[in-house]
Amino acid sequence: MAYTLKLKIWRGDKSGGEIKDYPVEVSEGEVVLDAIHRVQGTQAGDLAVRWNCKAGKCGSCSAEINGKPRLMCMCRLSDFAEDETITVTPMRSFPVIRDLVTDVSFNYEKAKELPSFSPPPRDGDNKRRMAQIDVERGQEFRKCIECFLCQNTCHVVRDHEENKPAFAGPRFFLRYAELDMHPLDTNDRRNLAQEQAGLGMCNITKCCTEVCPEGIKITDNAIIPMKERVADVKFDPLVWLGAKIGLRTKDNDGRTEV
Amino acid sequence: MASTKAAPEASGVHGPTRAAIGVRTLREDRWWLAPLTTFVVFSAFIVYATWRAFANSHYYVGDYLSPFYSPCLTNKCGAAADFGTPFGGFPLSAALIILIFPLGFRMSCYYYRKAYYRAFWLSPPACAVAEPHTTYTGETRLPLILNNIHRYFWYAAIVVGAILTYDAALSFQNFGVDGHRSGHVGLGSLIMVVNVAFIWLYTLSCHSCRHTVGGRLRHFSKHPVRYKLWTWVSKLNVHHAKFAWYSLFSVAFADLYIYLLSNGTISEARFF
Repeated sequence: MAYTLKLKIWRGDKSGGEIKDYPVEVSEGEVVLDAIHRVQGTQAGDLAVRWNCKAGKCGSCSAEINGKPRLMCMCRLSDFAEDETITVTPMRSFPVIRDLVTDVSFNYEKAKELPSFSPPPRDGDNKRRMAQIDVERGQEFRKCIECFLCQNTCHVVRDHEENKPAFAGPRFFLRYAELDMHPLDTNDRRNLAQEQAGLGMCNITKCCTEVCPEGIKITDNAIIPMKERVADVKFDPLVWLGAKIGLRTKDNDGRTEV
Repeated sequence: MASTKAAPEASGVHGPTRAAIGVRTLREDRWWLAPLTTFVVFSAFIVYATWRAFANSHYYVGDYLSPFYSPCLTNKCGAAADFGTPFGGFPLSAALIILIFPLGFRMSCYYYRKAYYRAFWLSPPACAVAEPHTTYTGETRLPLILNNIHRYFWYAAIVVGAILTYDAALSFQNFGVDGHRSGHVGLGSLIMVVNVAFIWLYTLSCHSCRHTVGGRLRHFSKHPVRYKLWTWVSKLNVHHAKFAWYSLFSVAFADLYIYLLSNGTISEARFF
């Protein structure tokens, strides 16, 4: 059944903007991105919106819907009452370019700061080997579609622009954790995670986990394990002593600090 | 968490580069309910626990010893001093000697940190709701950097769990006037058993436990036993927040029951 959705969209650019009404006809089974496209096609041809796959896999259509960071393509209209107003705004942590499009280059700058995977030399038969359970461990982290909703909702940078140079954000803590748990990686990034990426600024309030459209347990499975790994090298005198006298270094053999 | 350094007047979501939206959040759901509930319940617990810790009375009756006072290590503990009285003449409440361990364990717990940062410090009060602070340094400075030693409090929590288990086991026996001991099952014993079960579930589901038993490894395949332990703790860990709440209620309830028994307000319900 079609009905008229009370849709509001933030329109503007870096010089200013406002939330405007765009009542639009929608149908059962549609998502917010469908409604945005219909507005674009019928009422506001110049509405800027970034999108690509419409299937929750490309991570392009991140926005805030009634104040909650979500993918527009994965937000069903049936989750709302038909008489409910839906307000769509751009992500509020990143510089706005126009309408629903923001400049997410902060995230790419942070990605560049992270030393990449560095495997050891190949085995004699020119292969590298990992056991299946070690392969499986990182699969959850590889589900990340880089929608940057976690980066957007993280209050460390959302509410404090001045923290951006010193804080990589949850998406990259996920990457730090994935690499730190990788048995073939030769880089030890634990100090780097604390010092350069600002892991210590995270106060584990779990908003990144709450908004992740892939359902990755960012806080429990990546950030907290990474904090514990950092504690091993920076805050735990027993582990430090064990490492000094050669008791606990085997698992870290072959790694060098970067 | 906040430094004294002044921040630009318009920062965060109201900063000059961000989309100009006048309000701190557009969320229309009851986002304030969870932090408010946490604030009220935790505050009530803090008030109750502080009163009981300083009260220094009515903390044991028969073989029931309040978990707030266990192990009881001063001269005033009487028959409840199961581990001797190394702090013999300690002038204040016996609870003050040992409460630092469970208190430190909970204060540095990854779940409680989330809860109190949200509910008490509003940093942030809820997701995508702007916090009121102008600056933020997270857990990089004293005192919050001390949360990184959570594992040491976890080590202590293992000992506390063992002692509370011993207390629960002792609660099933009767003292006869002639020193003769016999078994019984009373409501108090069941309360202590339920309490110690929740305490263990909370302790073993801890993130530091998960790290220690196997999470710190890079090669699960080389450590099959620790990998197995890690998978078990991981299953518990998913429910860590739930166990944190259950054990908070159970420890307070166990103490309250013993307090009311001790001062004669209620009498023990015995099954046999």
